[in-house]
Amino acid sequence: MTAPTRWVDLKRFTSARVALGRVGNAVPTAAHLAFQADHAAARDAVHAALDIVALQAELASPAIVVRSAARDRPEYLLRPDLGRRLHPDIRLDPQPGCIALVIADGLSATAAQRHAAALVAAIGHSGPIFIATQARVALGDDIGEALQAEAVLMLTGERPGLTSPDSLGAYLTWQPRRGRTDAERNCVSNIRPAGLPIPDAALKLRWLIAEMRRLRLSGVELKDEQPTQEISISVDIT
Amino acid sequence: MPYCHTLGGTRYHFDDLRTLLARATPLRSGDVLAGIAARSATERVAAQMTLADLPLSVFLNEAVVPYESDDVTRLIIDSHEAAAFAAISHLTVGGFRDHLLTGCDMAALRPGLTPEMVAAVSKIMRLQDLIAVAQRCHITTAFRSTIGLPGRLSVRLQPNHPTDDLLGIAASTLDGLLLGAGDAVIGINPATDSPQITHRLLDMLGGLIERYEIPTQSCVLAHVTTTLRCIEAGAPVDLVFQSIGGTEGTNRSFGVTLALLAEARDAALSLNRGTVGRNVMYFETGQGSALSANAHHGVDQQTIEARAYAVARAFDPLLVNSVVGFIGPEYLADGKQITRAGLEDHFCAKLLGLPMGVDVCHTNHAEADQDDMDGLLTLLGAAGITYVMGVPGADDVMLSYQSTSFHDALYLRQTLGLRPAPEFEAWLARMGLTDRTPELLPPSFAGALTV
Repeated sequence: MTAPTRWVDLKRFTSARVALGRVGNAVPTAAHLAFQADHAAARDAVHAALDIVALQAELASPAIVVRSAARDRPEYLLRPDLGRRLHPDIRLDPQPGCIALVIADGLSATAAQRHAAALVAAIGHSGPIFIATQARVALGDDIGEALQAEAVLMLTGERPGLTSPDSLGAYLTWQPRRGRTDAERNCVSNIRPAGLPIPDAALKLRWLIAEMRRLRLSGVELKDEQPTQEISISVDIT
Repeated sequence: MPYCHTLGGTRYHFDDLRTLLARATPLRSGDVLAGIAARSATERVAAQMTLADLPLSVFLNEAVVPYESDDVTRLIIDSHEAAAFAAISHLTVGGFRDHLLTGCDMAALRPGLTPEMVAAVSKIMRLQDLIAVAQRCHITTAFRSTIGLPGRLSVRLQPNHPTDDLLGIAASTLDGLLLGAGDAVIGINPATDSPQITHRLLDMLGGLIERYEIPTQSCVLAHVTTTLRCIEAGAPVDLVFQSIGGTEGTNRSFGVTLALLAEARDAALSLNRGTVGRNVMYFETGQGSALSANAHHGVDQQTIEARAYAVARAFDPLLVNSVVGFIGPEYLADGKQITRAGLEDHFCAKLLGLPMGVDVCHTNHAEADQDDMDGLLTLLGAAGITYVMGVPGADDVMLSYQSTSFHDALYLRQTLGLRPAPEFEAWLARMGLTDRTPELLPPSFAGALTV
């Protein structure tokens, strides 16, 4: 790539809104309205619903559908406590020692819809799979506790950004039990083709899962020290 | 101890100080979520009237979070200076408001103030009161630039990239420099908490600052333990970053203790990299983090937020900012709530002596837009805010939220007649970037993006 000489050349290096120009101290009209359009699209993504039937059809093995205690989207947005709890009507059979995988709508059902099935396949997950709606990250703790799971991997739609309405986040929690804090989880974020591509995310997650099982913990004590010169680690995820 | 007040023929009863503070707090979704908000508009005003009549000395005798079980309470009580408090010890919370608005020596008062006193008085202040008092507090800190001088507005250049791509981050950094941003810090939120990547980002920013002799400091906003590892590995660490909260439990949820913060500060000081000052810490806070961590002890989110400033001031930081609209609508539902919270946070932090900035921001699931951001930004400018964020086009492509742009900061400087930090202002002049952005890059910049 040739070295940039003009301000506008900076656009080649990032998806960020660089080199927008300058009218006085403001952003030129076209860039201003492009921002408004993207904000409108992100607002719409927040309120989209997960198509569960379509998602199930994409998964290699059947998934159990669960929901949180939040009734609808408006309640979900203002009451995260309800989004962290399994709906009281739901009963799960224990599967002690399993690693559970949960696909959740989170704040962008669009993200889960587009990328979750492909990521599950790339990881090679073979344990129980759940699809959860109106779900926060910590709903995985409730599910994990009911299952007596060894760990839970939560794939959830991250809150939509202007250029990323479909970004998936993956949260790994060892010994998931109600009351776990965020410091006890590992997070791989921004999983989407234009962000962290699915094969890279899968490699990172496989590495983290292997390290988690070796150290028997997750969170700030489990550092993401995957060698830069990527080596493929074979992990049997059961 | 219970408190009572009669208003309009109804007697209102508040079980204890924390309940009174919560009921007196202007409406916000986080306190409703916690189940501690006033149950009617009238109850809220009754609580505010009760609070106004409360002697300030009560806050020294009744802790909202128990002293025995919380190290932030112990820090607040043990570092309180009775001599500084003597000047206002006879005042009620209402009298304190009047005292502040009349004009007083706020620097002398500072060691005598607790976060709870400051939070309490803010609850009976209007936005214009929060602005009028805060703009008289001048807090100056320094590392390679001097931040917080009167008539100055600094900008954190925030060049985040979704995959921590070095060229992408460098491009956003140059964009910010071309638009006069970066005098507070060039601070990257890394996409993952990897020590290797953090080290690489620190090397890149350190190299850029050295090569162009930019009078500013770098920071990679990784977890404090990651930064400590980088220091041990010889990385060029200017500032240690950490998110902090106002209770021991909140800090535990962030994976930190006061001792760990002290260790990190000592490690950064030992590198001795500042040229005009030795403030080496950078903290972020935000209303709602304690509730999010289930560590709020039934205390309202604004009072807990003010307690986080007691943690911050114990470590002599270069920069502190609230991420006011970032945490989400479950804590601050809309533009109105975000605006009030931003001004409260700035006021409380300044009164307690901190170099306070605000990340004027919102997420896409909150009821807020750019008009709300323009309003809060302008109000904070009037309040004398120390620094704001600069994100390319106001769109953070890694953290997925909207903050303020480099252009927004230029707007604020021009509208209110504010200038960058003096060292950085001189650098902009040397680079030919004062009040203009050339269509052609300064020749020396082009090299920064050569692979």
